This record gives sequence, structure tokens and C-alpha cells, in this order.
Amino acid sequence: MITFEDVVKVYPGGSTAVDHLSMELPTGKTTVLVGPSGCGKTTSLRMINRMVAPTSGRILIDGRDVAGQDEALLRRGIGYVIQHAGLFPHKTVLDNVATVPMLLGKTRREARTAALELLERVGLSAEFAKRYPAQLSGGQQQRVGVARALAADPPVMLMDEPFSAVDPVVREGLHREFLRLQKDLGKTIAMVTHDIDEAIKLGDHVAILREGGHLAQFGTPQELLDQPVDDFVAGFVGRDRGLRSLSFDTAADLPVRPLTSAEDAELVLDDAGRPLGWRRGGAGPLEPTAGVFTTDDSLRMVTDLAITSPVGVAVRVGADGKADGLVRHHDLVDFLAARRDRRAAERGA
Amino acid sequence: MNLSYLFDAAHWDLSAPGGFPQLILAHLGYVALALLIGTVIALPVGLYIGHTGRGSFIAINSGNAGRSLPTLGLLMLMVTLLGLGLTPVLIALTVLVIPPILTSAYAGMRTLDHRVVDAAKGMGMRPWQVLFKVEVPMALPVLMSGLRSAALQVVATATVAAAVGLSGLGRLLIDGLAVNDYSRVLAGAIVVAVLAVLLDLFLALVQRWIVSPGLIGRAQSRPRRVTT
Repeated sequence: MITFEDVVKVYPGGSTAVDHLSMELPTGKTTVLVGPSGCGKTTSLRMINRMVAPTSGRILIDGRDVAGQDEALLRRGIGYVIQHAGLFPHKTVLDNVATVPMLLGKTRREARTAALELLERVGLSAEFAKRYPAQLSGGQQQRVGVARALAADPPVMLMDEPFSAVDPVVREGLHREFLRLQKDLGKTIAMVTHDIDEAIKLGDHVAILREGGHLAQFGTPQELLDQPVDDFVAGFVGRDRGLRSLSFDTAADLPVRPLTSAEDAELVLDDAGRPLGWRRGGAGPLEPTAGVFTTDDSLRMVTDLAITSPVGVAVRVGADGKADGLVRHHDLVDFLAARRDRRAAERGA
Repeated sequence: MNLSYLFDAAHWDLSAPGGFPQLILAHLGYVALALLIGTVIALPVGLYIGHTGRGSFIAINSGNAGRSLPTLGLLMLMVTLLGLGLTPVLIALTVLVIPPILTSAYAGMRTLDHRVVDAAKGMGMRPWQVLFKVEVPMALPVLMSGLRSAALQVVATATVAAAVGLSGLGRLLIDGLAVNDYSRVLAGAIVVAVLAVLLDLFLALVQRWIVSPGLIGRAQSRPRRVTT
């Protein structure tokens, strides 16, 4: 756990970067610091590994004040990923990744063997090992940057805008791999981004900071979307936050109707019971279903299916692919209204 | 004026006093000593100024000041102060090589990608590790170009040693002029020029050997052949 205790950072000249920040970043979770430029998010991150010294207040990692520890040893125990990766241009990819293990006293051979495994882990084949950073694309460099930060298997990782220097398609892929890796590794991660969508997608918790280094709100992505504490947070998380918040609920509790319940349209199944499409009015051409959902999919996806379906009905399938229920537009509206009332009651109680 | 002096085999005899081999050896000796002393003085100062950013006016202005200082005049002044000998020659030549080395060390450090240095610190390198494992290797191409430019200047200017009675290829120029043997003067000039080119080629090879392929164009287009 990383704890900020009333941390203040005032730069020489009097500008306040971080203003009485207190928060806890839980162990094994990803906490994303997000906010507009000048909100002190990067300064806050860099105070964790003492790249920046706080003016007052304390930062503790698992209860130990970072200020009391040897700077270099502290940093070797914390993975550090920065924008543009910051790879050493004069070293091969393999030696870049082997850096921290060698600082920690591993032999070159041991460090390189471990580095090779890590490269594979972040999705780079062994052929990249002997290349130099200048020979890699931006996305590949960023993967090497992540591998380098993971090399000594640190429990804590700091990531400063790790995915902002690559194009959207590559970023999407890196996001997926980040989530997959983090699911396996369970590191305590503090990440900085200016992109609220990235924060909501990758963070278990999100800290929204505002100009002048104030913490506006700290919570799970869903809490921020459902209950923004003020207009600043509401504005920052965006206009379609209602729709986005549906991404965090699965369709597990959503009631379905029997397959035969669709009005003036018939769901046509194949021999195995899998949906083929819709046929309207007992005759006419088969129209595609626009997709199906399972109980693991999000309410947002169900909503999307109901909107795009030719007959306004989303089709649920079981794990075996057999159709087992239907959801109509107004079923969703009723369900969401009931959910809203229930939550309001919970909050009131 | 002709090339007869240059191509007279007797002058290339290894044991001939005043022959080319002995003069070249002495000449290279002055060059090497001046480069060594100059590097020992200028490199740490340049690295320090570049690393900290403190006193950068020294690095910038020493280049201009050093270039405008007449080496021959400085040599005469040193001889007046210290008497004849190797020391005044080395002082004059060292003053010549310090500016390019100092300026390039400073420039090499100032133009480093600060994000890479930031990453090195953030990964837990101690300051001296950041300097020697990251900053200096990255600045090597610029450092080497400063050393090469210093070497070129000093190899031509080391001829002044002969003006105060020492050896080196300047002997051919001074003595040739004194006895109106222009063939000897020409031979001296040619050998100095060839020596300068060879020395630069040698340093270019050294540079190729010590600078990481990751820092130069070579590595960008095609992967380096893997040697195992």
C-alpha cells in the first residue's frame, strides 16, 4: 500500500503543485492519477520514488516512510515506466531490460536470461533482444520499457503516461496486455494519465486531481461515473458517463424473456439451438441479429445490441452458444430505472 | 623545389639521426602527450559543467579564447618564463587542445535526452553510475569528434617544437628554411599532412569501436549481426 499523508509540494517561486494530498493506493491494485495539466499528478507520482522531494507531509510504502530510505536502493525496488519509454539508446533491448537486476548484483548471464523471459512476457520475441531501441517502433519501445521496469520483480510500479506516445490502435493493444499482465502479476501500480477513458479502463481506483494539486475525488471508476462529487468531476468524466457506467455491470442480473416472446418477429435457430437471425411476419428474408451476449457481458453491450438489432431485441446465449433468452428495449429501461431507485435507497439508508 | 628530399631512401633509415622515422616518432610523442594532458584536464571539467550546467560560460568562451591564442607567441612566452625544454612546448600545445575537448564534452552532456537520464535515476542508478553507464556512453560520438578536431590541430601545430630547439617534423621546416633547402620544407609539410590524415583515420576507427551501434545511423536501418 502506498500512503500519502498530507503531502504538499511547493516549487521554488511559490507555485503549489500538490496541496495537502492524502490518499491510499491499495496493494495489488492499479490506481490511476488523472487530471488536467498542472494538477500535480506527475509530481505526486515522482514523490513516491523520491525523484521529487515533498515540501511537507509523508509518503509511505507498506508503512515505511520513503524519506528515510537510501534513494538508489528505494528506486531499485520500484518499477519505473515513463512516456517515450526512456530506453538507453546505446544498449541492446536485452541489456536495457537487464539493467536493474544487474544493479542489484545479479551476474550478466543471470540478468540476461531473466530479461529474455520478460521480453516474451510483454509480447516481444527473442529476435528483438539484440536490437537497439532506435530499431524499434514506439509501441515496441514501450513494451521494452515495461519489461525493464518489471525485470527485478518489484512489488510497486510507477507509470508516468506510459501509453500516451503511441497511436490509438497500438495503445488499445498495449492496454489489453497491461490488463492481462496485471491480472497475472497483481502489482501495486500508480499510473499517471491525462486521459480519463484510459483511467477508467485501466484503473481499479482513480484519483481525479484538479489544478493546484487538489484531490477532487478518489474512488472506483464506477463511483466516479455514478456519483461525481461536484461539477468538476462530472465534467471531467464526460457527458456520456451514464452510458459508460453501464460498462461496469454485467448482464448477470438482467431478467430475460422466453425466446418466443418477440412480437411480429421470429428468432430462427440452427439445429444446435444457436441463433441464425430474425424473420419478420412469418416470411421474408433472414435478418442478422447484430450479435449476442452472455451473462458475463456488460450492460453497455446489451444496450448496444438492443439498439442495433433490426427488431429492437438483444439475444442472450449460454456458454454453449445456444440462445436462451431475449431482452427488449423497454426491459432495459425498466431494469435501469429499478436499479437507480434501489441505489438511491441504499445511499439514503 | 622538388620531392627529392622526401623520396631519398637515406632519410627513411630508422637509425638516421634527423631522418623521417625519428622525427615522426618525436612528433607523435608531443602530440600524444599534449592530447593526454589536455584530455585529463578538459574532459572532467567539461563533463562536470555539462552535467551540472554550472559555469557553462567557461565552456562556451574557452573555445573562442583558445582558438584566438597564438600558439607560437604562447610558446615564446613560456620559454622566456621557464627556459628551454619540453615543458613550455607541452604547455603551449595543451592550451591548444583543451578548448575543443572541453567544448565537446560540455556539448555532449548538454544535448543528452533528459528523459533517458531521468529513467536511469528512476531505476536506481547512483549519480556516478548515471554518469559512466549512461551519460558518457551517450555523449561519446560528440566527445570523439572533439578529440579528433583537437588531434588534427595539434598534429599540425606541434611543428613549433622545432622553433625552440626540440625535434619533431618542424625540424624539416625550420632547418630547410634556414639553409634554403625547399625540397626539405616541402617534405616536412607533406609528411605532417599525411600524418594528420592517418591519425584522424585511426581515431575514426577507435570511435567506431567504442561508440555503441545503437547511437549511430548504422543500427537504425538494419539489425546488427548477432554474434554469439
